Amino acid sequence: MRKDYNLEKRKYVIAAAVLTVVAIFIIRLFSLQVGDNDYKRYADSNAFQRKVLYPSRGFIYDRNGELLVYNQPAYDVMMIPREIRNLDTLDFCNTLGITVEQFERYMKDCRKNPGYSSYTPQAFMTQLSARDYGRLQEKLYRYPGVYIQNRVLREYNRPIAANVLGNIREVSQNDIERDEYYRRGDYTGDLGVEKSFEHILRGVKGEEILLRDAYGRIKGKYEDGRYDVQPISGRNITLSIDADLQAYGEKLMQNKTGAIVAIEPSTGEILALVSSPTYDPSMLVGRERGKNYAQLTRDPGNPLYDRAIMAVYPPGSTFKPTQGLIFLEEGIITPDTHFPCAGGFVVGGLRVGCHAHAAPLPLIPSLATSCNAYYCYGLRAMLDKRTKYESTAEAFEIWKNHLVSMGYGYKLGIDLPGEKRGFLPNSAYYDKFYGKNRWRALTIISIAIGQGEILATPLQIANLAATIANRGYFYTPHVVKAIQDSIIDSTYTVRRYPTIDAEHYDAIVEGMRMAVLNGTCRTANLDSIAVCGKTGTAQNPHGRDHSAFMGFAPMDNPQIAIAVYVENAGFGATYGVPIGSLMMEYYLKGEITDPARKDLEQRMFNSKVVGNSGKKR
Amino acid sequence: MARNVNVWKSVDKFTIFLYFVLVLFGWISIYASSYDFDQASIFDFAERSGKQLVWIGLSFVLASIIMLVDSRMFETYAYIIYVALILLLVVTIFVADDVKGSRSWLTITSSIRLQPAEFAKFATALAVAKMFNGYNFKFTAPANFFKVVGLVILPMLLIVMQKETGSALVYLSFVLMMYREGMTGLVLVGGLCAILYFVLGIKYSADMWLGAPLGESIVLIIICVVLVGIVRFFAANKIVARNLSIFYILSAIVVYILIACGIAVPVLYVLLGIVGVSILYLVAIYFTNFSSKIMVAVVATIVSVIFMFSCNFVFNKLQPHQRTRIEVLLGMTEDLRDAGYNVNQSKIAIGSGGLWGKGFLNGTQTKLKYVPEQDTDFIFCTIGEEEGFLGSCLVLLLFTMFILRIMTIAERQPRPFGRVYAYCVLGIFFIHLFINIGMVIGLCPVIGIPLPFFSYGGSSLWGFTILLFILLRIDASRNEHF
Repeated sequence: MRKDYNLEKRKYVIAAAVLTVVAIFIIRLFSLQVGDNDYKRYADSNAFQRKVLYPSRGFIYDRNGELLVYNQPAYDVMMIPREIRNLDTLDFCNTLGITVEQFERYMKDCRKNPGYSSYTPQAFMTQLSARDYGRLQEKLYRYPGVYIQNRVLREYNRPIAANVLGNIREVSQNDIERDEYYRRGDYTGDLGVEKSFEHILRGVKGEEILLRDAYGRIKGKYEDGRYDVQPISGRNITLSIDADLQAYGEKLMQNKTGAIVAIEPSTGEILALVSSPTYDPSMLVGRERGKNYAQLTRDPGNPLYDRAIMAVYPPGSTFKPTQGLIFLEEGIITPDTHFPCAGGFVVGGLRVGCHAHAAPLPLIPSLATSCNAYYCYGLRAMLDKRTKYESTAEAFEIWKNHLVSMGYGYKLGIDLPGEKRGFLPNSAYYDKFYGKNRWRALTIISIAIGQGEILATPLQIANLAATIANRGYFYTPHVVKAIQDSIIDSTYTVRRYPTIDAEHYDAIVEGMRMAVLNGTCRTANLDSIAVCGKTGTAQNPHGRDHSAFMGFAPMDNPQIAIAVYVENAGFGATYGVPIGSLMMEYYLKGEITDPARKDLEQRMFNSKVVGNSGKKR
Repeated sequence: MARNVNVWKSVDKFTIFLYFVLVLFGWISIYASSYDFDQASIFDFAERSGKQLVWIGLSFVLASIIMLVDSRMFETYAYIIYVALILLLVVTIFVADDVKGSRSWLTITSSIRLQPAEFAKFATALAVAKMFNGYNFKFTAPANFFKVVGLVILPMLLIVMQKETGSALVYLSFVLMMYREGMTGLVLVGGLCAILYFVLGIKYSADMWLGAPLGESIVLIIICVVLVGIVRFFAANKIVARNLSIFYILSAIVVYILIACGIAVPVLYVLLGIVGVSILYLVAIYFTNFSSKIMVAVVATIVSVIFMFSCNFVFNKLQPHQRTRIEVLLGMTEDLRDAGYNVNQSKIAIGSGGLWGKGFLNGTQTKLKYVPEQDTDFIFCTIGEEEGFLGSCLVLLLFTMFILRIMTIAERQPRPFGRVYAYCVLGIFFIHLFINIGMVIGLCPVIGIPLPFFSYGGSSLWGFTILLFILLRIDASRNEHF
C-alpha cells in the first residue's frame, strides 16, 4: 500500500510532543528533588518525632558520702497543637482535674509564648503527680497530639543547706536566649551549687528519633536507633559540707539572724555554711514551687539571702588580728611593744572607748582583752610614720594591700553564686570623702577596730581564721570537694599567701589562745581541745550590736576554723562564742557530752534574738 | 502467502526486553511501597508484592498465548472483540458493586475482581485499526472521521457511566493516532488553547487588571496572537497577518497612552472590540478570496471567545470535589488536609528523595503511609523517594525509549491496520505516563489512572500486556503478507 510521506513526517511532531512532556517532567523532578526546597524538612517533620531524652541530673553528696540530693520522676503534659483532633475537652479536663475554662485560657495563652509553633510540643501542664499521670496515661490513646514528657525533679534527704544546694527551676526566656542547650520547659539550676555547677549536674540531653506514620502512630525507631543520641547523665558532686555539722549549725542558729562559716584550714573546704533564717529546700520542688518561692521572697527574714557569703557586716574586733599582723609585718610594733589604755584611746577631742583591763599592755594580752586603744595607737603609729612612708595616703595603701592579700575587699571566689566583696576603703576613697591630704590617722582611726567604713562577709572572717590557723596561708574557700570523673578547679587547690611573714602569726595565735583561756572568749574553753578565738562586738547603725566570733581549733594542727555572726545579739561573748565553740566541739568530738556544755547547747537552741534584719535598709 | 515463520525470530526483542525491565521494576516498587516494618518476604502471597507476582506470571502466560495466535485472527475478530467488550462494559454498569463510588469492577470471586475498562482499550484500538484498514478508507472524509470518533466515544461514554472519569479520559489519546492518520493539526492546537484558556481564565478570574478581570484580558490577548498565527501559518496569508499585527500593536500603543494620561479605559470592552474588528476584517477578506482557511480562523476565534466566557460557568457547574482539585492544582487554594493532601504528600515524598534517593526500602514517607494509594496511582512516589532523581529519570527514560520504540514499530508496518493499532498503543501508554506522573509531581489534576506496569493491579497489568503483545504479534508477522 502506498505510504503518505507527508503524513509520515507527523511522527516527528508526536515524538517531539513525547520528548517535550518528558523534558518538562525531568525539569520538574529536578526542581523538586535536587533544587533547594523545603520538602526534605517537611518529610522529616512528617515522619520523625524527635523525642528528647532527659539525662538524670547529678546527685549531690556531703563530705562523708551521705546522699543529700537525688532525683524523682515527674511528668509534663505536652501538646502538639497541629495534631489535636476531635479532643473531648470535657473528658480531658476531668482527667487532669482542671476546668474547661482553664483549658481554654491555656489554649489561648500558649500562642503568645515566644517560640510557639503549632508543629512542636508545647508544655501544657508541668509536673503532674504520679496519680494524675497514671490516669492520663490510660486514656492517652484518646487524645491524639497529647504526649507525656518525663522530667526529673529534685528530692532532698535532709531539710538542710538550702543556701548551699540551691534548687532547680524552669528555664526563663533569658536562659533560652543565653544558652542554646535549653528548650522551653527544661530545668536549670537556681541558687547554690545547682546554679554554679549547672554544667556538671545537668548532663547532656539525648534524642530518640521515632517514626510516626500518617495516622500519628509510632512505628518504631528510625534505623533501629542508629541516629539516636543517648543522654549522658549529669555527674555527681561531693560537697565539702559536713551534713551533720551543717544541721547542727542551722539548729544553733534557729530563731536568730546571721551566719556561720566553718572551714577546714588545711584544704579550704567549707564544712558548714549556715545562713539564718533558712528554709527547707524541698519547698522549691514541684508544682508548689511558685507559691512557696513567692512566700520566701516576701518573708521579712529574707531566707533566700545567703548571709554567709552575701551579707556584709562591720567585722568589729574580729578584725584586730589583721591589725596585729600588719603592724608586726611593717615593723610598727614587736610582740613586746606596749601601748597605754586609760579606758580607751583618747587623743585630743577624740575618744575610742575601751573596757577595764590592765594597762599599758603588749600585743598578746591586747588580743585577749580585745583592747581598742592598742590598735588605735598602732594604726596611728603606722600611718604617721614619716620615716617609713612619705604620706598618710601611702601608708594607708600599704595597710590596705595587706588586707586585700588576706582576702578582704574583694570576692574570695567561692564556688557559689552571689558572693559579695565586702568593702575596704582605699586612700582615693578618703581623698574623695575628706579631700586630698585632708585626712590623717585620727580621722579614720575607728577602722583599726573593724568599725567605720570596713565591711566583710562572714566568709571573709572565717577565711581569716583559717589563715591564722595555717600560720600564713589559705586556700580559696569552696563547697565542692569532688566532682565525679573530674577534678575541681585548680584555683581551689593552690595555696594563697597573704603578704605577712609566717613568723608573725605565732603571736597572734598566742593572743587568740589567751582570749579563750582568760580573755573575752572564756566560754569557748574546752578541757580536751585547745581552742583559739577572738570575739567581735560590732556596732552598727541598725540597732543592737552584732555578736561575732572568729576562731579555730585545735591550736596545733587545726581541723576547723570558724566565723559566727549573729545580728543584733549584743556582745560577741553572748552568742558568737558559745555557738562557735559548740560547732568546733561538735565537729571535733562528734557530740557534746559535758553537762555544762549541754546546758549551753540547749540555751543556744532555744534562745531567740528578735533583731533587726541584716538586710540593708 | 502465509508462510509459517518462527515468531520468536521476527518479534521485536528490544520491546520485550523493555517490557520485562518495566514489569520487574514495577514489582520491586510495589514491594517497596507496600512494605511494612514487620513484613519480610517479597514473595509473601498475603501481601501485594506476592499477589502482583501472580498477576505477572499470568501476564506472561497471556503474552505467550497471544504470540501463538495467528496475527490475522486479531484483524478478523476485531469487531467481535470490540462488541463483546462493549457489552461487558454495559453489563458492568448494572451488575458491578459500588467500590468507592465507581461501578467499574466485576466481581468474579470474593477476592478476584476484574475491571473491563482496562480491556476495552485494546478492543477499541483493534476496532479502530480494522476500520482504517478497510478498502479505500479515507480518514479525511467526514463520514469516516465520525465513524472513527464514534468507535472511540462509545466505550468512553460507558466508562463515564461507570463513574471512572479518569479511565475515560485515556480515550482522548486516540487523537494522537488520528493526527498521525491525517486529522488536521488545528485540533491539537485547539485542544492546547482550550486548556490554556481554561487555566488562565479560571486562575485569574478573581484578579482585576485596569478595571477588568485579568484572566479574561489575558485570554483575549492570547486569542489575538493565536489568530495571527493561524492566518500566517495555516491560511498562509502573510499580508493579512501583517495587517492584523500592525492593528494590534497600534491599538496597544493607543491604550497605553490613554492609560498613561490617566483616562480610564474599559479594557475588557476595548479588547472585545479589537477581536470583533479583526473578525469583521477577516470576513471581508473571505469575501474577496473565498479562502476557507480564513473562515476557519474566524470560526476558531469566535469559538475561543465563547469558550472563554463559558469557562467560569462550566467550572462552577463542576462537582465540588473536582472544582477543589482544579483549584488546588492551579494554586488558587491551599488545602493540605483534603484535596491537596495527596499531591502535597506526594511532592514531599518525591522531594525528600534528593539526587540519589534514600535507598531501597528506606523511604520514610511511603513506608509510613503518608502518601495515599502509594502502590497504585501514586507508586511513582516510592521511586522518587527511594531511588531519587536518578531513579525517577531512569523510569522516565525507560518509558520514553518504550514509546519511541512503539513509534518505530508503527512506522515499519506495511499496512494501515498495524500502524493505526500501534499508534493507538503509543497514545494509550503516553497518556497514562503523562497524566499519572504529571499528577504525582503536581503538574496535572488528580486523575486516578495507573502507571503502566508499575501500579499494583491485575486488570491494568493484563490490559497493558494484551495491548502490547497484540502489537508485537502483529509486528512479528509484518513481512508475512507480502
